[in-house]
Amino acid sequence: METLRKFEKVCEIVDQNDRSAARLIPILQAVQSEYRYLPEEILTYIATSLGISPASVFGVATFYSLFTMKPKGKYIIRICDGTACHVKGSMNLYEALRNKLTLKEGADSTPDMLFTLETVNCLGACGLAPAMVINDEVFGQLTPERVDSIIDDILDKEEKNEFDTHGA
Amino acid sequence: MNLTLMGLNKIKEDYLAAQTVLARRIIVCAGTGCIVNGSMKVYEEFVRCIKDSGLNAVVELKKEKEEDGVFVSKSGCQGFCQIGPLVTILPENILYTKVRPDDVQDIVETTLIRGELLNRILYVDPDTKKPCKNQSEIPFYRKQQRFVLANCGVIDPEDLREYVAHGGYVSAAKACLEMTPLEVCKRIGDAGVRGRGGGGFPTGKKWEMALQTESDKKYVICNGDEGDPGAFMDMGVMEGNPHSVVEGLIIAARAIGADEGYVYVRAEYPLAVKRIRKAIQDAYKAGMLGRQIFGSSYNFDLHVMEGAGAFVCGEETAMIASIEGRRGMPSPKPPFPSQRGLWGKPTVINNVETLSNIPLVLAAGLDQYRSLGTHKSPGTKTFAVTGHVANTGLIEMPFGSTLREIVFHVAGGMTSDDGKPMNDGFKAVQIGGPSGGCLTRDHLDLPLDFDSLKQVGAMIGSGGLVVMNKNTCMVSVARFFMRFTQEESCGKCVLCREGTKQMLSLLDDIIEGRATEETLTILEDLAIAVQKGSLCGLGKTAPNPVLSTLRYFRDEYEAHVKHKYCPTGKCKKLTKFWIDENLCRGCTLCVTKCAIGAIIGEKGQPHKINQMLCRKCGTCIEVCKFQAIKGGKS
Amino acid sequence: MSEERYVTIDNKTILIEEEGNLLELVRKANIELPTFCYHSELSVYGSCRLCMVEIEGLGLVPACSTPPAMGMKVRTNTEEIRKMRKIIVELLLANHNQDCPTCQKGSTCQLQALARRLGVSKVRFKKQNRELPLDDSSPSLVRDPNKCVLCGDCVRICSEVQSVGAIDFAYRGAHTVVIPSFGKELDKVECINCGQCARVCPTGALMPKSEIEEVWKAIYDPNKVVVGQVAPAVRVALGEMFGLEPGVTTTGQIAAALKAIGFDKIFDTSFSADLTVIEESNEFINRIQKNENIPQFTSCCPAWVKFVEQYYPEFVNHLSTCRSPQQMFGALAKEILANDLGIGPEDVVVVSIMPCTAKKFEAKRPEFNHNGMRDVDNVLTTQELGRMIEEAGINFRELEPESFHLPFGFKTGAGVIFGNSGGVSEAALRYITEKITGEKRDSYEFTTVRGDNGMREATLTVGSKDFSLAVVNGLGNARNLLERIKSGDVHYDFVEVMACPGGCVGGAGQPVYSNPSIRHKRTKGIYENDRMLELHKSQDNPYVTELYSSYLGDIGGEKAHHLLHTSYKTRKRISDEDMTFSSGDDQGFEVNVCFGTGCFLKGSQKLLRDILEYIRSNGLHSSVKVGASFCFETCDRGPVVKIGDKIIEHCTLDKAREAIEGMATSTLKEVQRNA
Repeated sequence: METLRKFEKVCEIVDQNDRSAARLIPILQAVQSEYRYLPEEILTYIATSLGISPASVFGVATFYSLFTMKPKGKYIIRICDGTACHVKGSMNLYEALRNKLTLKEGADSTPDMLFTLETVNCLGACGLAPAMVINDEVFGQLTPERVDSIIDDILDKEEKNEFDTHGA
Repeated sequence: MNLTLMGLNKIKEDYLAAQTVLARRIIVCAGTGCIVNGSMKVYEEFVRCIKDSGLNAVVELKKEKEEDGVFVSKSGCQGFCQIGPLVTILPENILYTKVRPDDVQDIVETTLIRGELLNRILYVDPDTKKPCKNQSEIPFYRKQQRFVLANCGVIDPEDLREYVAHGGYVSAAKACLEMTPLEVCKRIGDAGVRGRGGGGFPTGKKWEMALQTESDKKYVICNGDEGDPGAFMDMGVMEGNPHSVVEGLIIAARAIGADEGYVYVRAEYPLAVKRIRKAIQDAYKAGMLGRQIFGSSYNFDLHVMEGAGAFVCGEETAMIASIEGRRGMPSPKPPFPSQRGLWGKPTVINNVETLSNIPLVLAAGLDQYRSLGTHKSPGTKTFAVTGHVANTGLIEMPFGSTLREIVFHVAGGMTSDDGKPMNDGFKAVQIGGPSGGCLTRDHLDLPLDFDSLKQVGAMIGSGGLVVMNKNTCMVSVARFFMRFTQEESCGKCVLCREGTKQMLSLLDDIIEGRATEETLTILEDLAIAVQKGSLCGLGKTAPNPVLSTLRYFRDEYEAHVKHKYCPTGKCKKLTKFWIDENLCRGCTLCVTKCAIGAIIGEKGQPHKINQMLCRKCGTCIEVCKFQAIKGGKS
Repeated sequence: MSEERYVTIDNKTILIEEEGNLLELVRKANIELPTFCYHSELSVYGSCRLCMVEIEGLGLVPACSTPPAMGMKVRTNTEEIRKMRKIIVELLLANHNQDCPTCQKGSTCQLQALARRLGVSKVRFKKQNRELPLDDSSPSLVRDPNKCVLCGDCVRICSEVQSVGAIDFAYRGAHTVVIPSFGKELDKVECINCGQCARVCPTGALMPKSEIEEVWKAIYDPNKVVVGQVAPAVRVALGEMFGLEPGVTTTGQIAAALKAIGFDKIFDTSFSADLTVIEESNEFINRIQKNENIPQFTSCCPAWVKFVEQYYPEFVNHLSTCRSPQQMFGALAKEILANDLGIGPEDVVVVSIMPCTAKKFEAKRPEFNHNGMRDVDNVLTTQELGRMIEEAGINFRELEPESFHLPFGFKTGAGVIFGNSGGVSEAALRYITEKITGEKRDSYEFTTVRGDNGMREATLTVGSKDFSLAVVNGLGNARNLLERIKSGDVHYDFVEVMACPGGCVGGAGQPVYSNPSIRHKRTKGIYENDRMLELHKSQDNPYVTELYSSYLGDIGGEKAHHLLHTSYKTRKRISDEDMTFSSGDDQGFEVNVCFGTGCFLKGSQKLLRDILEYIRSNGLHSSVKVGASFCFETCDRGPVVKIGDKIIEHCTLDKAREAIEGMATSTLKEVQRNA
């Protein structure tokens, strides 16, 4: 039912945007917030309904870095690597996180799809460098230790949720 | 709904009336920086504590007058994020810094009830060691000239009435009701307003070109796709005073005869997106947008478009492609957007800061605007100052200010890598982000404006200022920016796509010790070709960091290339690692951690590094608990 | 009177006339600026940066996107420009696959030519990109991304001229590639095989797929009789590969060369084109009489046929059922020729020489394959034949002309003009006018349908009836026309479509050309051919008459139908893109709603929603699995829904409900039975 709901949502999104090819980017943004990525078959559907070629939809989806065609984790961690953060050691945080999440070489997501780790150019929180954002929440003035505890908090919360769902 | 000038005045008077009966106002900074530091918790805590202490806490200023109320409001970014969360208390005008939720109860009791200062959370001037009561006493603010940012950090960005109460929308109403489009263009032109987004093109001239192009439809676009790493001025304006951007767009639309517009905002700025959306919504409700705005015969519709993560979309033609739903790839100019832009119609694209200046210029009059800045670059410029300085943040200075004023007065002087004062530490400033260039000690007294910077191979760009101390390797700096532009190149034109990639590779060769003397020649030839031949601004300016560092720090490049030596010791691959026998305890930790077995040694005996094998990865330095492993110039 | 405007180019004064940009003006000054991305037929793109010129006061600008202005002082060869051009070529070469000696693009590669012309002797940059896989999935084209310079010519011609958009840019910056959607292989997407992308590709990144090796193999096989058929457009273009002027007819040399190479029989596709004229004209007269499936669309162009099949299912029935001349010939050769030669059809190897890459696809269509044997075994492009002639060491220019074999080597001018856009219409008119009026006409030319425009129309009165015709080339023009027909804005009786600009003379199998004037010369050559021939009307071809009387029987009769006609199918644009909503348990059944273009437009989205709502409100969601598919290929009867194994066309909620209830009961019964 989840897929059904989502697909209906896609139809709704396309309709809300007047089936206009000009609205492709807002459509993709809305679809991605629904699926957390852009599934291929949904893009084909979007191309059909907007009357444009699937190749050009694919072209747009792959051009912008906020779009992804690979499923992403529940928590998307984006380490800011803007100038200020870079100068203040954002790459050390990145490495610390890779270790913490035990990400394998070449992988950006944990196998359980809980976390995805990325970098972003600038969050505009330069006064608080180094910074990162997890989904929509920004964290500043980070140290590897703090990052560690933020992840632990999420893990605790997830474990508790798991327990709650199973308990219910 | 038709809103007239009188209606505007009514909003203003009602709001001021409601405000005057208040006992106090508390402004909690709700810019991205302060929110990250927990200012929203502080805000909630204020509301709770004020209520608990029996005072009348007001969270929204209503028409019914709240006698003796304590109005707790939010503001946009105040610029000095590193001492946030910031809390201002009016009418006393007290600025508390680094306010934690635990401090709130204390503030309520001490300041609100007893009317005393809470010294422990006042900012302390590092030079005089004196506590500063408010912004005017803090050196960071004292040396600035806040014109565009004047209302940022004061007004509630989510309340249209407050913007109006501060004189907002009067300029837009006048432009619609009392001025002809050409008059608007001329006024902006006469004031000498220049685009703050990069090149400094005269705004009035740009508008006039679009006005002269005949068309059934025209567009205005606000470029809020600020993507320079380390620059967040436009974010500050959009978060702190979104209505000024909307008003600027209304005036621009009126000037060129457009009836539709877009605000293109970076999706990485969720708060800015939210506030711009709210501002537009409120402006529609109040009759400043939509049909027959301000009771005139003009219509103006405004939409928000969120970017999707492409720096190049800050380039005009790429932004247009993006709004049209295509890949954000620039197209050749001519045709210029003012001739053929969005959907082939004449289009004017202005940057956030430029637009935000417009209502002020019309309101303040030419003389006041021209009294700021220099003759050819009047007005002010916002900068995002980061790097090795004591105070980082968002600042605003008149054009023509010098680097010395910014670095040593506003930003509080140089620091070392770990943030300690380093008085003689100045080395360079990278201005304008990845499109700009570096300025050196020789330029400390250069008046900063569009033209003077161009002459020294830099540009004001969007206004990012990265201050670097003596320990910074300039080749690495060039490489950092080159990596950025290389990743952000759209890939359309050969010179930018292939050229930036090869430049990055050449810089890697230099940093990692593979370069020969020919490398520098090739790098320079290539950089010039990319600069002269690329299709768009991103490509044309991409070589600037390389060219300007080559120009001012050639000796550093040469040291890397000829002597395989990094003068700052920052380039690991050019560093030799060795073990200090006196410090080594022979714990063998480094021996086991070295991935290629380059460290030899028995337990209890000082270890040695085999220089032939060492790959200079630095792992041993990190793991050694006795700081026995040293790296340095080879 | 307007004033004369001029610019100075390298100290020479050049008058500005119609030129929209400096590049054209520089060409007029007899200076060829290097460029990869400028084509007069396509939009200005400005990506290669090779055409930079210096304008006094403005500095370096790309000539392609700079409009000429009065008094401009232009320099095209300054030190700076020369340096920059070299750097650009070096940058491209650094990441370019450098197997130039073995690259099929050979001497027509513009990158190679430019490197030589600019004297690039050394590449100072390192290779940065990793190797990408070769895509040779398509029967018509080979795509080698490692040779791509990302000029975008292919992308633009595919979308701007053909309105297909099978390939586009993907990814960004140094990762940018030109690929079909989702990185699929070319034969899995909506590519119509016209090959125009390969024609404009400056390098070997997109090339016609070669069948040369297979043809040599057949030639060397003593048990095979290798039969060649030569398409009309080939004869006016092949000479270009041997230094002859475009448009010069080399029919006799081609026959001689094919014989020398080792072909056993050499025939002319123009012969079967004559046959096509007769069959297709009669089909048209029939349709007009019955007022059925009008307008009739021509079907000789396989790219156009695939285009209709995948985008306009509602027009599939309007395509003439006539096979293309290539396939008519193939069928005749396998049946009649094999019989005449006393050998089995498997020992006759039919090789066509075509100006076209889509013909390779056409020959492999299942309709023309019987028990693993194809009517046309191999298709060589004009270029491939040229390469075989080169390989055999034949001095083409000096060959004594020879003649084609009879009977299928005899043609009329009507069969030859098939090579031009408008030619099929004109050939048909030459037949129809006489057939309807029953009178012989002295003249044969219908110049109203000739020309170079992408879209032309004509109205002709034949007897008492007016016929309106449209002649289209370029599928973008065809799409416009179809949309206008659909909306009722226009009406035509007969529509001729050729996918390539100018028709087959501009095909992608022809020697590479970029200047349309070359194509125009070929077009002229074709009409000259017609004039030089003895006969001009297909009905006058004695061998065609003979074929009907001795073998085929009636025009459009049973035998003719079997050998000369075919059928079409609607097809998905992209393969394997179904969306399954995983609900329902193992014992459930599937409901699949088609979301292909045809069905989508007929309201499949609302239908899906209604069906889902129905399923939910009736508590059926555990036993029904609902999905959206991307085409059941019967789009003209949409919306189509598949419920269980049953396909319901023109589906409505009521029809679906009925079927679902039926299925639900039978499934329930089965469950009960099993329990």
